[in-house]
Amino acid sequence: MSDLRELYQEVILDHNRRPHNFGELDGADRHADGYNPLCGDKLAVYVNLDGDRISEVSFLGSGCAISKASASLMTDAVKGKTLGEARVLFEQFLALVTDDAAVVDEALVGKLAVFGGVRDYPTRVKCASLAWHTLRAAVEDRHELVSTE
Amino acid sequence: MSALRLAEAAVPAPPTLDVERIRQDFPILARRIREHPLVYLDNAATTQKPRQVLDALARYYSDGNANIHRGVYTLSEEATAAYDAARVKVQRFVNARASREIVFTRSSTESINLVAHSFGRRHVGPGDEILITHMEHHSNIVPWQLLCEQVGAQLRVAPIDDSGTLQLDEFERLLGPRTKLVSVVHLSNSLGTINPVREIIAMAKRRDVPVLIDGSQAVYHMPVDVQALDCDFYAFTGHKLYGPTGIGVLWGREEWLERMPPYQGGGDMIRSVTFEKTTYADLPHKFEAGTPHIAGVVGLGAAVDYLVGVGFEAIAPHEADLLAYGTAALSEVKGLRLIGTAKEKASILAFVMKKAHPHDVGTIVDTEGVAVRTGHHCTQPIMDRFGVPATARASVAMYNTREEIDALVRALERVREMFPL
Repeated sequence: MSDLRELYQEVILDHNRRPHNFGELDGADRHADGYNPLCGDKLAVYVNLDGDRISEVSFLGSGCAISKASASLMTDAVKGKTLGEARVLFEQFLALVTDDAAVVDEALVGKLAVFGGVRDYPTRVKCASLAWHTLRAAVEDRHELVSTE
Repeated sequence: MSALRLAEAAVPAPPTLDVERIRQDFPILARRIREHPLVYLDNAATTQKPRQVLDALARYYSDGNANIHRGVYTLSEEATAAYDAARVKVQRFVNARASREIVFTRSSTESINLVAHSFGRRHVGPGDEILITHMEHHSNIVPWQLLCEQVGAQLRVAPIDDSGTLQLDEFERLLGPRTKLVSVVHLSNSLGTINPVREIIAMAKRRDVPVLIDGSQAVYHMPVDVQALDCDFYAFTGHKLYGPTGIGVLWGREEWLERMPPYQGGGDMIRSVTFEKTTYADLPHKFEAGTPHIAGVVGLGAAVDYLVGVGFEAIAPHEADLLAYGTAALSEVKGLRLIGTAKEKASILAFVMKKAHPHDVGTIVDTEGVAVRTGHHCTQPIMDRFGVPATARASVAMYNTREEIDALVRALERVREMFPL
């Protein structure tokens, strides 16, 4: 059970049960759909921009606990950030979930650190990163379906 | 001796499967995964390989490797003989009339694509129809979609009911004057449903429509007799029947194979080549362009020997017991719903759990050493039909035990602890 708790940390289970910023953003400036064909996860990310800043962000969709919690924590983390700051955070997040030797800025990643356990489950990296890829597509105004494959 | 006892002596009791002895033949079953004994329940994806198959592969490469149908030297003659002998083993395994009706391919997928290309281009035209069912694997959907796109034909899909059973009356209704081919799975990989293929074939035959059966999942659970079935094509793959990956089989009725153009061109499939005119080799070589997967064929032959040696009369009751035991055990798990509850079923226990996504289920049971498949199992239309994004699927083979089903159920209790109802 112990290494499983590394993956499914309380924070993750919490956000899976009660995701933050869950729902469609009416009249959102930007929006994109993401899909993980491996497990059938589908989610949409909605963004409102205030100049270069993400003023509002939300997501809607169904998926595994990892993907749902990741989307929820992502929306918390990027709200109020500039697009540049969000991009840096995405890079840090990817390093955190894929790279054993990664040096991540703890202050920067904050609560996202709970996804560190994903590193030991390579098949689950796509679950954790789907929301982030979809967010990037949304802010770049790309409308084709984002796929993890 | 009384008459009764004589009768008993003449009809031996059905053999029971010595599972512990069988397990000794599969080296991988001794592995430990995350500090637990491996409980391998993803047999519908691929089965494990017995030592007899592994030895045959090693022996071929270390002792008998040469290209076939080429040299006059001893080694090539031996390799050719081994290759041809395996074809005869496969012929007997499915009771084909002749070994020239056995075409070696890469996989079931390639076998179906071969028919779609070769039969399809010759015999299917604009406005014609191909009839499949809602429970087909993508490999028995997409080749037909491609064909239909190319020739302007239509794909028709026979529906299934909530248990995952084919609606046979609907199927028959969809068999029309434009139906040029029926292509149906024998045993569904994501529901476990065994289709009434004899009735399906008989219905099609009454209208002179040829039938392809996708037997990928069936061939390692039940005896298959293509002559008794009276179908026209039967596709299956080696790696699900305890053989190597990369080797598949298409059985085709000789009359069809003779009339069909080659699928791929190249070496080994020709009789003579000039720049003006090429004539093709006889069956089955016409459909086997290039150097084949000789080791794979040899390994498949060894797998067939192994399977025949153990015998379906022993395997089938054992697997039926595991399916019944597993169905009962999983039904006791709170918040679990079985997907695929047809009356005629084999091997497959697919399910979803309330509050826990199949992908999380798969990861959690893996930490207990239990390997199950999660996802859409290359059958997205079935997922849509049952309104689920994915399922978790346990599938049993001859070497599984009731204790392993118990291990799965215990692992599912871990899932419940993590994701309470």
